[in-house]
Amino acid sequence: MASYIARRLLQLIPTVLFILIVVFALVRLLPGDPASAILGDRAVDADVERINRELGLDRPLVVQFGVFVKSVATGDLGDSIHLKLPVTTLIADRLPVTIMLTVMAALIAVVMAVPLAFVAALRRGTAADSTVRGAFQVGLSMPVFYLGLILLTVFGAKLRWFPVGGYGEGFVDNLYHLFLPAVTLAFSLSAILMRNLRSAIIGVIDAEYVQFARSKGLAPKLVLFRHVLRNALISTVALFGLSIGTLLSGAVITETVFAIPGAGRLMVDSIYGRDYPVVQGLTIALAVLVSVTFLLTDLVQVWLDPRVSR
Amino acid sequence: MSGPKTTEPVLDVRNLTATFGDGELTAVNDVSFTVGSGEVLGLVGESGSGKSVTLRSIIRLVPASGDVSGEVRWQGQNILAMRDAELRGVRGGQISMIFQEPMSALNPVLPVFTQIEENLKAHTDLDGNGRRARARELMDMVGIPDAARRLKEFPHQFSGGMRQRVMIAIALASNPRLLLADEPTTALDVTIQDQILKLILDLRDELSMSVVLVTHDLGVVAATCDRMAVMYAGRIVETGTVSEVFAQPNHAYTRGLLGSVPHAGTERSRLLSIDGTPPPLDRIPPGCAFNPRCEFATDACRATVPPLQDLSPGRSVACFNRDSVVAAGSPV
Repeated sequence: MASYIARRLLQLIPTVLFILIVVFALVRLLPGDPASAILGDRAVDADVERINRELGLDRPLVVQFGVFVKSVATGDLGDSIHLKLPVTTLIADRLPVTIMLTVMAALIAVVMAVPLAFVAALRRGTAADSTVRGAFQVGLSMPVFYLGLILLTVFGAKLRWFPVGGYGEGFVDNLYHLFLPAVTLAFSLSAILMRNLRSAIIGVIDAEYVQFARSKGLAPKLVLFRHVLRNALISTVALFGLSIGTLLSGAVITETVFAIPGAGRLMVDSIYGRDYPVVQGLTIALAVLVSVTFLLTDLVQVWLDPRVSR
Repeated sequence: MSGPKTTEPVLDVRNLTATFGDGELTAVNDVSFTVGSGEVLGLVGESGSGKSVTLRSIIRLVPASGDVSGEVRWQGQNILAMRDAELRGVRGGQISMIFQEPMSALNPVLPVFTQIEENLKAHTDLDGNGRRARARELMDMVGIPDAARRLKEFPHQFSGGMRQRVMIAIALASNPRLLLADEPTTALDVTIQDQILKLILDLRDELSMSVVLVTHDLGVVAATCDRMAVMYAGRIVETGTVSEVFAQPNHAYTRGLLGSVPHAGTERSRLLSIDGTPPPLDRIPPGCAFNPRCEFATDACRATVPPLQDLSPGRSVACFNRDSVVAAGSPV
């Protein structure tokens, strides 16, 4: 296990390097350039050159990349062109909101998916199974922003159970503000997880080792959790890990619908404003976040299924 | 090989019937047999003969769509009428089962120790230390060296033969009185097969338990069983001690089975084979289910199911043309 973790951590190095190359290249491939974004349409060539020199954009690409990697490594992601603040400060300010939203959504998705997958799998072919699967089919085919608007209208505007937007003050208030957005975000993920886990449970429930476990006279709960669920979860956990990226991009939309000051909205605003340092910095931060999530997922996989670590 | 030690049966199966899919498919049809104390009974037949379902039905280990009726007398009680909690006490505690393919019957994601321990937790009062000691003792008993280390390992880290030993250790953890073995050696190399069968027999003697051994391999029956029951299409067609049945099969199917086993060291003889395959459950022919494949079949066989008739205590056969089969002699 320890050697496996070390190996996986080492694998993070090329991954991060690759992310840096892609981010560096992408930003330079975007149409438009920072100088004209800063100076506006009627900029004079001399000013453009001055800005480019100030930003180091007149130097060879290799040198620019070297400078870029060095500053990233020292925790300097540059300053925002528009907001005039260090990008690291902006990220530290906004990313936790998005992380909290994503974690809440992930938890809600799991809490909804696991018990319902059990119900659907153990009573497969019955009305309960069809109802659960039908409801999730609807959830799966509904766009995130639309579902968000419905929840907002019903539970926010009409029933006034939840705030219609914003982030609130203090942890509890944050949770309260993020609840509806998190449910919105969680719905399609929980539909995917539920379907996957349901078929995984059905695949495992008649397995020989489950019958062997029954033949030992174990309590049904023990058979279900230790022998059925644990084996069924292996594929679902892998799927869950892969879905985190999707969840983060869903957070961008959700944050816009619910007016939450998270990293997603910062990203959208910065792309519109050609605020390259912020776009770069956020992309790196999100990519690293996703890589770390994959690492964690892999560790859970190894814990669930010891055959993986070989 | 030793004979049955007492005449009093420990397990008495009466009119056992197992159906699937709302009673449409009958996998086990009116099967009755007994198992004596310390006895090894072989349930023999081709794939699809219902021998495995019979074995599983004894402890009601059938899928939710299955229905088991009849009576399974065990220590004065009918297992088929037990409440679930009572049944769990019998399963693993008094009657244990081992499966054909240890790779798929052992949980791949749990260390061996956990799989032994959960049996001990369910059926004994041993504390943590007691369970650890007992687990090591069981590994020694089934011949797995370096028990303390190997208990921490997972099933995929064992070889095929060792895995089957692990399964036996798990099954025997709580000292059951009866071991149900479902083709325990079929998935193993021949040399390993012998070791596992010998182990089962040794443990039978050591722990004075009885064994019901399901197999399609008559060589295994000859080497390990005291008595045998031959099954075809869900019914028992012949029973007797192994030496009686081998010396003189009374049912055409048994004779065919015996004739299809090659024998080394004897004079060269023609190897018989039974043409065709056993019928699927939804197309069992009327009359004797074996009649389409039987060289002795008559009109009576195609019309009526032959009843299982006792020839002597423990020796029975369900064949209308028993005399012709006997006259044809044993192919062995």
